[in-house]
Amino acid sequence: MHLTLEFGGGLELLCESVKFHNVNVDLPKGADKLSMRDLLAWVRTNLIKERPEMFMKGESVRPGVLVLVNDCDWELSGQLDTTLEEKDVVVFISTLHGG
Amino acid sequence: MESNGGGASPIRREIEALKEEKARIEQRISVLEAQLQEEASLALQQQQNDGVCNGFCPSEISSVDANLAHGLSADSIYRYSRHLLLPSFGVQAQSNLLKSSILVVGAGGLGSPALLYLAACGVGRLGIVDHDVVELNNMHRQVIHTEAYIGQPKVKSAAAACRSINSTIQIVEHKQALRTSNALEILSQYDIVVDATDNAPSRYMISDCCVVLGKPLVSGAALGLEGQLTVYNYKGGPCYRCLFPTPPPTTACQRCSDSGVLGVVPGIIGCLQALEAIKIASDIGEPLSGRMLLFDALSARIRIVKIRGRSLQCEVCGENTTFNQQQFKDLDYEKFTQSPLSTPFLRAESQFDPHFQNEHSNESLQKLKLLSPDSRITSKEYKERIISGEPHVLVDVRPELHYKIVSIPNSLNIPLASLEARLPEISSALKEQEKESTGSGANLYVICRRGNDSQRAVDYLRNKGFDLAKDIVGGLDSWANDVDPNFPMY
Repeated sequence: MHLTLEFGGGLELLCESVKFHNVNVDLPKGADKLSMRDLLAWVRTNLIKERPEMFMKGESVRPGVLVLVNDCDWELSGQLDTTLEEKDVVVFISTLHGG
Repeated sequence: MESNGGGASPIRREIEALKEEKARIEQRISVLEAQLQEEASLALQQQQNDGVCNGFCPSEISSVDANLAHGLSADSIYRYSRHLLLPSFGVQAQSNLLKSSILVVGAGGLGSPALLYLAACGVGRLGIVDHDVVELNNMHRQVIHTEAYIGQPKVKSAAAACRSINSTIQIVEHKQALRTSNALEILSQYDIVVDATDNAPSRYMISDCCVVLGKPLVSGAALGLEGQLTVYNYKGGPCYRCLFPTPPPTTACQRCSDSGVLGVVPGIIGCLQALEAIKIASDIGEPLSGRMLLFDALSARIRIVKIRGRSLQCEVCGENTTFNQQQFKDLDYEKFTQSPLSTPFLRAESQFDPHFQNEHSNESLQKLKLLSPDSRITSKEYKERIISGEPHVLVDVRPELHYKIVSIPNSLNIPLASLEARLPEISSALKEQEKESTGSGANLYVICRRGNDSQRAVDYLRNKGFDLAKDIVGGLDSWANDVDPNFPMY
């Protein structure tokens, strides 16, 4: 499944400072759809190059990270259970505190 | 004529005194003008209520107050004419604005442009909270302050700038750090709150306080080349805690003083904060509630995303919450977020990594004490050793980006993150020094920006067999303070 992933707010530093990633993610064995839960595991294995604890906590993202699926907060689409579709855009953004 | 050095300081003092007096007089004038305006509009209302103006009575009213049912004075009409001509703004919105009160917390990178626009646009009463003083390294982004105010309170500087733009509105100075002990009292005096602070505990505290008091909150943040903006607690919308119920780890909370920020980025977010506050105050348009604006300066992208609504489970604004003013007062936000509300004199350090602070919770803002005194020397002692010609190697463990800004001559830059891989370089540098000193051992010193990472490096080096490694207490900060006052600090 082709997806566009974007990292911001400093999270891009965990994947070699690359903000935009066009990726092709295989469906989990035996599954007919890809969930955000699956994608997070995939991202952790394939894109996060350092300090995974700065990205994830348990099977979800760490506190302070917003996840957006097609410009919409993943809380509105079922969080980890959100089902992804071809060409979806998923954004991971760390909240900023500076000023 | 000979110039007399002693003559300058009384003159400066007098200038200062006169400036203060001028500010006091200006403040008094603006209060009186606001009073006058209020009385005029009350009188007009009275007149209308009495029916004096019904029908034709041209001889009884002057041409000035003829059609001023909105309460705007002739000067106000002229001053705000470009607002009044806007079909989607007009007299009603301007009149709403003039009757509104807005509090800006923080007169820094976000607060500077926000305050300038809020003062200019005619917010009736504008409050400023800040406890900090203006510093030279603020000037590139905190555009409300001028060089003349370096060393003076930001509140005073910002208020003077606002008054010089608009002497007809009321500017209120709150020269104090916002705490749970004073937040309720200060925030309750305003209709709208603008969060222009720079740290996580302040953001939780301000949001909670706004929920308790029922005030809309315009929240902005900026760091590096990115910015974020949204409106919380507005007409049933989410609060900060609905979005971020659990505070992030301190290692993910970066500060502009460590990670840097391009000046114009908070400028843009601060302007947008002013805009959202103006929309709420004047009751026009759709405020950015339930949505968030994400700004990426490098790729020139602005994205507006839909965020969750008010969370029924929110501990502060949710359905079954019992959170009240007393609980707010009792909450320790520094403990809750594991980071300090403000650190004007304690400097932060995050040299281990240019972006994320180090692992140990919150220690980056304190002085780390990892090493025993015999593993450390002061910057003055180090200076003596240079003068005595002692054979040694100085390793600077700051990131390369920092090293390029300024460094001590003849030091070797090996960033802490790559120390492990570059140990052989240290060994060969030491051997070189030993050769020159005809056989006797060479010492190894380690320095960083403020003296925390150098301790970590020495701890590591000693474990790897570099038994002579010592760190320089307080890093380049103390070198600049105690040894070389001309050494540039950043």
